[in-house]
Amino acid sequence: MSIDWTALGQVTAVSIGVTVAVVVVFALGVLGLARFEGAREEGGGTSALGVTQAGLCFLACAAVVAYGIYLIVPQFH
Amino acid sequence: MGGMDHITFLVAVVIVTALAFDFTNGFHDTANAMATSIATGALKPRTAVLVSGVLNIVGAFLSTEVAKTISGGIVDDTLVSPGMIFAGLVGAILWNLLTWLVGLPSSSSHALFGGLIGAVWVGAGSHGVHFDKVVEKVLIPAVASPLVAGVAALLATYLAYKITARARKKSVTKGFRLGQIASASLVSLAHGTNDAQKTMGVITLTLISAGALGHDAGPPVWVVASAGLAIGLGTYLGGWRIIRTMGKGLTEIQSPQGFAAETASTAVILTSAHLGFALSTTQVASGSILGAGLGRRLAEVRWGVAGRMVAAWLITLPAAAFVGGVSASVVKHGGNFGTVVVALIGAAVAAGIVLLSRRNPVHANNVNDHHEVPVRTPAPASVGTAA
Repeated sequence: MSIDWTALGQVTAVSIGVTVAVVVVFALGVLGLARFEGAREEGGGTSALGVTQAGLCFLACAAVVAYGIYLIVPQFH
Repeated sequence: MGGMDHITFLVAVVIVTALAFDFTNGFHDTANAMATSIATGALKPRTAVLVSGVLNIVGAFLSTEVAKTISGGIVDDTLVSPGMIFAGLVGAILWNLLTWLVGLPSSSSHALFGGLIGAVWVGAGSHGVHFDKVVEKVLIPAVASPLVAGVAALLATYLAYKITARARKKSVTKGFRLGQIASASLVSLAHGTNDAQKTMGVITLTLISAGALGHDAGPPVWVVASAGLAIGLGTYLGGWRIIRTMGKGLTEIQSPQGFAAETASTAVILTSAHLGFALSTTQVASGSILGAGLGRRLAEVRWGVAGRMVAAWLITLPAAAFVGGVSASVVKHGGNFGTVVVALIGAAVAAGIVLLSRRNPVHANNVNDHHEVPVRTPAPASVGTAA
């Protein structure tokens, strides 16, 4: 029996790292969205910063999803 | 290369049984991808199971790399006969149905491994079972993967709430709900590529051992199609009892938690597959949900439910092994007649379990109403179909 501790450690580190990174970036995107919607509702125009922040964050998450699909589909590699 | 004349009665029975297992695998595991999305309202129950079912079928067609072994080396494949595969599948199916009845998420892969181990042990002797591989491929991932997923989901949930603490509640809930649709879909797709392939492997290797296919043959198109459809249909019918436990029973899930849990599940499943670890999607998803429950302040985690779930994980393999072993013994001594007897008894037990579930049906319309999945207490008059 051989337990591959290195591989196990890699799975642990990468899984936790990726999860935290994706969720934090997405949460920042949601924060931007909330600012934008808040500003719009208060009638004070739109928050350009909010929109930009949301856009960039969601774009980054979309890229991770695309990489996930790439990993899932064997025909891609 | 042979033809259809190699398909004996027993081989035909194995194929049908394998597809039945595939079906139970589908509806047992709908919850892994969709329970939290259904619980938070990110997707309507019917929409969720439809999306998940379709993605499972797509996943099945994408992963045409043949499963080279039935069991990943847990049993000696050269000693495995179609009769043992049949007996092992019966053990796995019955255990899947029983855990579904009581609403417990348990691993379909462990049920399949357990059934095969029991069947091979009785059919070929204990030397046919590689116990060191059982530790390496089943035990260690079973302990490690839910823990890793749980820690990842816990940290991510904590940070998600911290970051969005001062933001408008309505926007936050909506934003994370949209994110959940993507993360749940990825879990479904990954599930289809992994789990449908197991059944394709079982059927293909049965056909090879019967001489109906050449030695290095891949799964014929009809095997890929039928396995994909079986798991997709099972997923679509939705194991609502398990969906309720995972979405409502373990903890009350809000959309940021659901997104964190599904992201953690996807990350663990994909990194493990990439590095060649076999693991149970069910255990990963359950670990993620518990972690997400712990990561939100004041979220209540029902440890009683979690404890029963872990107990089910512990006995899944031995319980399926026991049924697989008894079935293998009947098939070994009774031949085709024994096979028919096992099939009829198995079908009768399965029908009994389905009838019992009707006493307190859980379905798309009531899945979110409760957090418990009772079996004994008959529900007040309810309408709709059970699933």
